[in-house]
Amino acid sequence: MDFARQKRMLCFWIDKIGNVLFRLSWHLVHAIIYLCYFTMGMVYGLESHLISRGLLRKYKYLHISKINYLAIVIESEEACRTSNVIQLLQWVTALGINHICLYDNEGILKKSKDFILDKFDRAILFQDTHENNMLLDQPCMTLEFVSFSDGKEAVARAANVLLMKYIKSGAAGSNQGEQIFTESEMSEALKTVGSGGPEPDLLLIYGPARCHLGFPAWRIRYTEIQHMGPLKSMKYGLLVKALYRYTMVRQNYGK
Amino acid sequence: MGRINQIYGCLVSLLQKCIFRILSVGPIPNHIAFIMDGNRRYSKRLNSMEGDGHKAGFSALKAMLKYCYEFGVRYVTVYAFSIDNFKRNPEQVQSLMDLMLEKIEGVLKDESVFNRYGIRIIFSGNLGLLSEPVRSTAERAMLATAKNTTAIFSVCVAYTSTNEILHAVQKSCEEKWDEIAASDSSDQDEMHHRIKLTDIEKHMYMAAAPDPDIIIRTSGETRLSNFLLWQSANCYLYSPSALWPEIGFRQFLWGILNFQRIHFYLDKKRKQL
Repeated sequence: MDFARQKRMLCFWIDKIGNVLFRLSWHLVHAIIYLCYFTMGMVYGLESHLISRGLLRKYKYLHISKINYLAIVIESEEACRTSNVIQLLQWVTALGINHICLYDNEGILKKSKDFILDKFDRAILFQDTHENNMLLDQPCMTLEFVSFSDGKEAVARAANVLLMKYIKSGAAGSNQGEQIFTESEMSEALKTVGSGGPEPDLLLIYGPARCHLGFPAWRIRYTEIQHMGPLKSMKYGLLVKALYRYTMVRQNYGK
Repeated sequence: MGRINQIYGCLVSLLQKCIFRILSVGPIPNHIAFIMDGNRRYSKRLNSMEGDGHKAGFSALKAMLKYCYEFGVRYVTVYAFSIDNFKRNPEQVQSLMDLMLEKIEGVLKDESVFNRYGIRIIFSGNLGLLSEPVRSTAERAMLATAKNTTAIFSVCVAYTSTNEILHAVQKSCEEKWDEIAASDSSDQDEMHHRIKLTDIEKHMYMAAAPDPDIIIRTSGETRLSNFLLWQSANCYLYSPSALWPEIGFRQFLWGILNFQRIHFYLDKKRKQL
C-alpha cells in the first residue's frame, strides 16, 4: 500500500517536473527565435542602407512597368500614423508607381483620405476615375481607399444585386443546379456597389504578421503578397527590394 | 544494417514526439492548409518524368498529414487541383486525374486507417467538372468516412476561391427565391429577403471547416493562386523555399513556431471581426 502510494507520488512529481522542463524549453526556443529575428532585422537594416545608397547594383534598375497596380495593407493600429503613410506613398510614387490602393481593416485610412490626397499634386481618388479600364491611361496619381466593408460585405451587397437580376430575368426557380452567373457578372455587380477596383499585381503588408487582414478576396487571385514588417520601421531600401523581387517573379496562372 | 535503421527510426520518432510535446505548451493551430507547389520543378531537377514529381509529392503529403494529426491539428486542407489547372496539356491533366483516382481508390481499400484515426475526407470544389470515375470515387470516399469526427481532411479539387464565392452567391440566390416563392404574397418586404453574409458563408465549399490558421505554400512563391482567399483574412501565410516533394519536419516546425509567435495578434484580429 505504502509502496503504491510512493509510486503515485513519484509519478506525480516526475510529471510536474517534466511539465516545468517542457515549459522552460518552449520559452527558450522562442527566446532563441526572437534573437534570430532581431539579428535578421539588423542585417536587413544594413541591406536597406546599402540599397538606399545605390551600392547594391542589382537594385539600381527596377522594371517598374511590370507593376500596374500596387496595394498596401496597413495594420489599423498603425494606420493613424498618417505621416508614415504619406512618406511611404512619396517613396512609391518617386519609384514610378502611380496607381495605389491603401487598405486597413477598420477604415482608419478612409477617414484621413482628404488629408492624404492634399499632400500630392494631381492625385485623385480612384472612385472618381470614370472607367476602371482607363486607369492605366491616367497620367496622374490615383489613390483608392479600401476597408473590410469593401470585402466580404461588398460581396453580400453584390449578391443582392445579382438576386434582383435573377428575379427580374424570369429564370428564377427554373434552372436550379445550373450555373446562372458568371465571374464577369459578379465583377460587374461588385463595381455597381462601389467595390470593383482592379486586381493589384503586388500587395505589401505593413504590420506584425504576414496576413492580408481581409483585403477584398475577389481581387487577390494571383497577387504577390510580401510582408514588410511594422509601418513604424519601414525602410526605403526594403521597399525597393520588395519591388525588385516582384519584378523577378514568373507566374504560370495554373498552366 | 536493418537493425541500425530501426534504432535510428525509433530515435527520430522519439525526438519528434519530444519536440511536439514542447511545442504543445503554446497554441496549436486548429486548421492548416497547404498549396502543394513545385512537383513539376522537382521532376525537372531530377531529370525524371513529370509523374514522378507528383508521386513524390504524394509521399510528402502523407508525411505532412502524419505530422499534423500527431501534433493535434484537427483540420488539414490541401489544394490538389485548381480549375485553372484544366488549362494544362490534356496528357498532364489526365495523368493527375489518374493519380488522384488511384490514391482515392487506395483510401477506399484501406478505409480502416482513416476510420481508425477518425479522419473524415471531404472533397471541396466544383466536382461536376471532374470526370465521372473520379467524381463517383471521391463521393464514395466521402460517404465511407462521413461518420468520423476526430479530424477532417479537405481536398480542394476543381476549386478556385472565385468559383467558390460565385457558387455560394448562386446558392444563396436560389434559397432566397425559394423563400420568396413560399412566403405570403403580402409579405413582399425586401429587407426580409436580402442575402446576408451568413447566407453566403454557409454555402461555401469549405463551410465544414473553420478558417485556416496557417496557409503553407511551398517553392517560395508568395501568392495564394485563388486558394482560400475568403477564409484567409486572419491567417498566417508561410512560404518555405523548399519544393513540395522536399517539404519535411523542419519546415513544418518552423511554420508552427512562427504561428505561435503571432498567434496572440491574429486571435485578437479574428475576435474583432
